[in-house]
Parts: sequence; structure tokens; C-alpha cells
Amino acid sequence: MNIQIRERPEGTASAGIKTAIADCDIHPARATKDELHPYLAKRWHSHLETFGVHPYQGMMEGPPYPKAQPNASRRDAYPPEGGPQGSSLSFMQKQHLDPNNVALGVLNPLNTGQGIRNQDLAGAICAAINDWQIEKWTSKDSRLKGSVVVANEDGVSAAAEIRRRAGDRNFVQVLLLSRNVEPLGQRRYWPIYEAAQEVGLPIGVHAFGFGGNPITASGWPSYYIEEMVGHSQCQQTALASLVLEGVFERFPKLKMVMVEAGFGWAPSLAWRLDKVFARLHAEVPHLKRKPSEYIRDHIWWTTQPMEDPESRDHLFQTIEWIGWDKLLFATDYPHWDYDEPSRVLPAGVSDANRQAFYLDNAKQLYGIS
Amino acid sequence: MTSPIAGGVDCDLHPAVPHLTSLLPYMNDYWRDQVTTRGMTDLISQSYPTNSPIASRPDWRPAQGKPGSSLADMQRQALDPFGTAFGICNPLYGVQMVFSEDMADAFCRALNDWLVKEWLDKDGRLRGSIVIAVQSIDKAVAEIERCAQDKRFVQVLMLVMGDMPLGKRHYWPIYAAAERLGLPIGIHAGSAYHNPPTSVGWGSYHIEDYVAQAQAFQTQLTSLIVEGVFARHPNLKMVMLESGFTWLPPFLWRLHKFWRGVRMETPWVDRSPLEIVRSNIRFSLQPVDAPPEGDTLNRLFDHMQSDELILFSTDYPHWQFDGDEVLPKGLSQDLVRKIMIDNPHATYPRLQVKETVR
Repeated sequence: MNIQIRERPEGTASAGIKTAIADCDIHPARATKDELHPYLAKRWHSHLETFGVHPYQGMMEGPPYPKAQPNASRRDAYPPEGGPQGSSLSFMQKQHLDPNNVALGVLNPLNTGQGIRNQDLAGAICAAINDWQIEKWTSKDSRLKGSVVVANEDGVSAAAEIRRRAGDRNFVQVLLLSRNVEPLGQRRYWPIYEAAQEVGLPIGVHAFGFGGNPITASGWPSYYIEEMVGHSQCQQTALASLVLEGVFERFPKLKMVMVEAGFGWAPSLAWRLDKVFARLHAEVPHLKRKPSEYIRDHIWWTTQPMEDPESRDHLFQTIEWIGWDKLLFATDYPHWDYDEPSRVLPAGVSDANRQAFYLDNAKQLYGIS
Repeated sequence: MTSPIAGGVDCDLHPAVPHLTSLLPYMNDYWRDQVTTRGMTDLISQSYPTNSPIASRPDWRPAQGKPGSSLADMQRQALDPFGTAFGICNPLYGVQMVFSEDMADAFCRALNDWLVKEWLDKDGRLRGSIVIAVQSIDKAVAEIERCAQDKRFVQVLMLVMGDMPLGKRHYWPIYAAAERLGLPIGIHAGSAYHNPPTSVGWGSYHIEDYVAQAQAFQTQLTSLIVEGVFARHPNLKMVMLESGFTWLPPFLWRLHKFWRGVRMETPWVDRSPLEIVRSNIRFSLQPVDAPPEGDTLNRLFDHMQSDELILFSTDYPHWQFDGDEVLPKGLSQDLVRKIMIDNPHATYPRLQVKETVR
């Protein structure tokens, strides 16, 4: 490994992490409401002022389920120069990237053009966010890599944006969210997968999003904790759709990352899919292999929020069922449920598996040498 | 293979209503007239298309009629071979899909009366679940109270995908009645299709709907726990039926972690989600969503950290296992006894304790 280990003062939060790590889920924020204006056509400035983003949910501002903390972020992550958590590169470097020895940080911008109803506006905001990622973040710190955000409900526009970024090494993946108007395997999203496969970018599917559907199959729940825990159920169903619609049969080189939705559920979902497939395969003849094989070959998982059983053996057995080569370490900085790099993995893991978990899997998947 | 022991309780049997017209004798004049003059069709839910392989094991499928519609078949295929002492009938007739609360209530009453006359009266081993529709909570509670006078009804039956999450306070009068009458709430796979059948919208395939049952059970458990149902009703048992259970450990890891993080949002939750599940929630055995190797399954039982959670079921006539391999390989005799006898009796107080030979 040719990554220099940085000197850190004693007593910093992550003194336990001696080697470089990849953080595959960092959330950059805008410092001000107008920060995107330089990247957006003039017509949208007044449009946004007048009509807002008009998402697939009722609230003009903010999420339908109030977060547990302002901006769902750490209270100690406000930059000294002002602005919300995650909006200052220099403070992100000082608080997170430097002390935690982050060699590769994957940016996953939320609050973009995804999950909004006006598709022209969605495309414009997504393109602006992509330009903003280069100018504010990736061009200023080579450890950071961006995610191409796309107008998720407009496959044609999304594919065009992906092809526009082809070969641009500021970006290492395409970003989708788990909750959309339809389950992610549906054909309206196939142009996105076709373009991503063509330009050689994995697709990250981050928990969250708005598609207008109740966020459980039995309607709208009451509490933020139900939304948080429920991201894993939404992700499971979205993944089942991707597999059962034959997306990985049609796009055999496509790689996907399940981001911030847990990974402990992966084995039981795969077993259930295989068992039901054994009975009902006649309905889905486009599948040539068992569902679990598509998952094993095409899916990676970010670790945060880390599964936290009482027994570390249970954790290790679960990871063995998935494969140590499929996990990508992530902190979710600056969000409140951030995972501390030095504490996330219990003792008892081989050096090779630690190295894969913290860095090498991510470098390999994202093509970082 | 692991051998069943005689005297067990089969907690998930599905007697089938042959046709909506089979319920006409149990309806009043008005509803009989409605069903016939309007030409109402049979209430078959998309959750279980009659001819789907899931709906019946091939060797259990009758030459004609719906799988599970013949008592003689059920006796010969499910009750006798496994030495069943009690079998709990959970009719999956699509009465929950109806939108009118009056029609749903009339159909539920007819269905429950049909179950008594056509099944419970004809085989002393059979017990029933009170099917309710939740379009009207008042009517659901009244139906529970009406049926509960017959002690052969041992639980209340709801679907995992309905109109609202099951923990919502709106439903609590149902839970109060069930607790008062010594009836667990059985929550069975299936949707009223009043919401999209997944939390991310409508999929294309029947197989997606079936796989998604497991995710629906997960969100319902979250709802039931965080809304405080078991703080209010600590003696209420709920049984997840045809839910699968191998998803439970990682689900609880996640729920427990977030509960520790944001428990200020639901301060009435007075015990950890793990404790609540161990004391109040049970799961039927079938389907076992696990690889066939006994080693993996034994690890999963270890991850569940309790041998009291699973209740024996065949899920008859649904196709969950072949031959007589109703119990997964590698279970200890102690665990078999708990699953088949001790756990069900601890869950269903209305089952009379019956002498059994080990």
C-alpha cells in the first residue's frame, strides 16, 4: 500500500485507526440556499423561489418525519465559518478526512433533483449538483470523489447526464435513492443502468428518497425511527425488484452498491428469494440463475449503520455469508448516526479482511489505484 | 430429517372457502341478495392465486376445487401424518380487500360462522381464528366479542398489509379486546391491496408480492413496538404467521440500535425491542427461509437467542416443504418439543392442555 500514514495528535477521536481508510458515504451540503445558482440557468432561480422543488411529498421545506437532530447531523459538525454541517471542505478535512486518515471519500449528495416532480427542474438541479461537486469538492481535494446524481424518474435525461460525465474521474459512481415512483427494477429506470454499464460506473443506491408511495406496504407510519429502520425494508424490496426484473441478466456488467441500508438482512433476503424462486421460476423465465447468485456477483454493501449484535460471532457469521470482499466501510459523515472508524469492527478480524473492509474493496470497486 | 413428535399444535392451516356463494347460508337476506343480484365474484386474493405453485403442494392439490377446501384431505395430508393434537385454522379468504365496512363485516361474520359449522364442528382437533376486517374498528371488536364466546376460537386474525401500520392507536381497541379475552393476535402474510404491496410501489410479479411479505412483517413489528402496543397491553401475544423468521436477528439489531439512538421520540417504549419480541412476539415455523444445510440453520437459531419464539406450522396446503420434512434438519429433540408443543401452549391459553406421549 502506497498511502502515507498521517501524523495525528494523541487523543484525537480515531487514534485507533492506523491505516488509511475509504469512506464510501460522505454527505456534502450547500453552505447557502443560493450556492447552486452559478450552475443553474436563470429561469430556475425565480422558479425555485416561487414554487420550491415540488417533491413527491407534502412539506415545502424539510422532511415529513422530523429528524432527531438539525439536518440529521452531528451537533459538533457545524463549520466555524457558519453554514450547515458538511458544507465546508476545510472543516470536513480538519474534523474528518485528516484525523481519520481517509484516503478515498465518496460524496453522496442528498437534497438534489431526485424525488422531485418537475423533470426539467430535476435534470437541471442534478446537472448543477454534479458541476458543484467538481468545483467545490473534488477539484479541491483529490481524496474526494463525486457521485453523478441524475433525474431518477426520467431515464432518458438521466442517461444523457451519465454519458456527459463519461470518463470524468471526478466521479466514481452514479447515485440513485431507494424510494422512487416505482420499484427500481422497473423498465423506466433501465436507460440509467444501460448508461452506467456503458461508461463503467457502479450505481450506488442510497437509502431514502421520495416516490409518493407510502413508506410501508401497510401505509404511512408515525415516527422517524420507523422511517430509519424502514430504509432497510425499502432497500430489500428495491433489490428484490432489481433481481426479479432481470436487470443483472440484461446488464451483466452492472455493479451496484447498497448504501446506508444495512447489510445484515442480505443473507435472509437471498435465501427467501432462492426458496420462492424454486417454486415460482415459471413466472420469471428471464432469470437464468438463482437470485442469490445475482446478488453475490453484482451487489456491494456499505457498512454504516454497522450491524450491532450482542455477539460479535453473529456479526462475523453474517459477514461470512455475504463475503468480506463485498463490504465497503462508510461513516455517513456528518450525519448523527455516524460510525466511528476505530470502533466499528470488533477485534478478531484477520489483517487481510480488515484491509479489504476498510480500504481495498472500495479501491477495487471504484477503480482507484 | 428431524422427526415430528405426536401431540403437536399446527399453528397455520388454511381451510379454503370454495366460493363466495358457499357463505350465502351464513348471510342475512340483504347480503344474500346483494351477492347474487350484483353477480359478485369470488374473493380470491392476488396474494395466493389458486393455481400458483405457492398456493398448494403438488401432491396436495385436489383433482378439482381449491386446495384446502376438503376436510378429508386436510386430515389425511396434514393432521394425521404429523400426529397433530390441535390445528389452528387461518382462513385466507379475501374479505379484507372489500372497501365497504358493512360488506366487510357481513362477509367476516359469514366466514367465521362457516368455519365453525364446516370445520370446527367436524373435527375435534381443529381450532379457529376470528377473521376481522379493520374498515370499522367498532365492528371488528364486536365480531371478536361475538366469536370469542366459542372457546374453540383461539386467536384474532389480521393481514400484514392493510390500511395503516398495525401499531397505530386506531387499532388499539382490537388489541384491548383480544388481551381481555385471552386471544393472541395472529398476523398473517397477505395484503388487503389498499396500499401498494411493497414500500417502494407496485412490482410486476406475483413472486415479488410474495417475497415482500417478509419486509411487511418487519415494518409491522417496528410499528407495533414503537407505538407502544406492548407497553399498554403487556400480556398481549402476537403471532407472525407465514412470515419467515430468518430475517428477525438482523432486523432486531437494526431496530435496537436506532431505538437506543432516538428513544426520546417514543419514550413510552419501556423495554428494549429485543425484550419485547422475546416476551410478546411469536413466529410460525413455515416457511423456513434458509439454506438446507442444518449448520446454517442452527447458527440462525443461535442468532435468535431464544428457543421460545417458533411455533410449529405446516402452512397447509401451501408449498413450503416436500414429503414429511416439515421440520428442518438438525433440530434437537428438546427444540422440537418446544416448537411443537410447549411454545404453542404457552402462546394460546385457549388450547386445553392435553396429555401427550413423548
